[in-house]
Amino acid sequence: MNVDYLLLVLGMGIVTYLPRWIPLILLSRRPMPEWLRQWLDFIPVAVLSALILPALVTTGEPRHLDVFQPALLISIPTFLFAWKTRSLAGTVTVGMALFWIAGKFPVP
Amino acid sequence: MTSGEEPPRTQERNTDGCSAIIRDGVAAAWPICLGYAPIGLAFGVLAQKAGLTPAEIGLMSLLVFAGSAQFIAVSMLSGGAAALPIILTTFTINLRHLLMSSSLAVHLKCLNAGWLTLYAYGVTDESFALNMTRFREKTWDWRRALALNHTANLAWIASTVLGGYGGLFIPAGAFGIDYALPAMFICLLVLQIRGGLYVAVALIAGLLAVAFSMLIPGNAYIVAATAAAATFGVFLKEWKGRASENGGVL
Repeated sequence: MNVDYLLLVLGMGIVTYLPRWIPLILLSRRPMPEWLRQWLDFIPVAVLSALILPALVTTGEPRHLDVFQPALLISIPTFLFAWKTRSLAGTVTVGMALFWIAGKFPVP
Repeated sequence: MTSGEEPPRTQERNTDGCSAIIRDGVAAAWPICLGYAPIGLAFGVLAQKAGLTPAEIGLMSLLVFAGSAQFIAVSMLSGGAAALPIILTTFTINLRHLLMSSSLAVHLKCLNAGWLTLYAYGVTDESFALNMTRFREKTWDWRRALALNHTANLAWIASTVLGGYGGLFIPAGAFGIDYALPAMFICLLVLQIRGGLYVAVALIAGLLAVAFSMLIPGNAYIVAATAAAATFGVFLKEWKGRASENGGVL
């Protein structure tokens, strides 16, 4: 393992760690204004949606719309199952099974 | 261990034994581990092809612990990129954790700087979303969250190193395992929805993210769409509150 690589992963580690660390240290110490608490309360739902939807309806580089993806089709029953059962383990299992089965029938 | 300024709610569970806490954390982490395994193996194989040894792969997974950034770093490495552009790219990809840690801070008020420093290491998309869901349950606390984080971390390091040994133990696409993480994200999204406002914020975030992802190069769309949608949510809530005060229609 050479020094260059060590410096590279150290640099990557630091720039990844700081955005994870600074808000925890700054925000857990002091009382938050109500609007900020409210704003942060919306972050989980917003960030999950921002991560999922582009992955389901866009492809390529640069990204463009492509709604004919098995992942998008499978996401509908997966979503309904999650909504009905609220079970993480069940949803993962059902999602995987559906995606696996869908792979056996390639879209023409 | 605690600052002692306010009696933290999580102290209630302090009577639980260490092994019970670890058991809860590990048990809750399994969907994440299942999702990490194929991605970690794939990353290891790719990194090995880019000329990294298993030790180098393990070190990157240990120090960085961020899937998408590691994939992009390795592809940049094999393209002959210098260290600085790789580090800058890593920074922009992982900037979204800034929002996640801010949101987590609400639930970690009782921790001292040392524990927070340890906790920060384990903040990933997956552990964040799972812990935020669990923190609303009375049975969950920061110790279990830490156990969950580090179980996921071990799974990530182990699977990337295994991949680095050239072993694709799971054939590509087997059992739909590529869909483990998307399915988990979908369920975590569902679990975060606690009313109409959250549905609205999710829709806005998703649509903005799709639009931004096609307009802005790179991964800035995640942070931009998330921050915009959360801001929209605050204004919507404010507006809704005023409308009902004035006997409005909503």
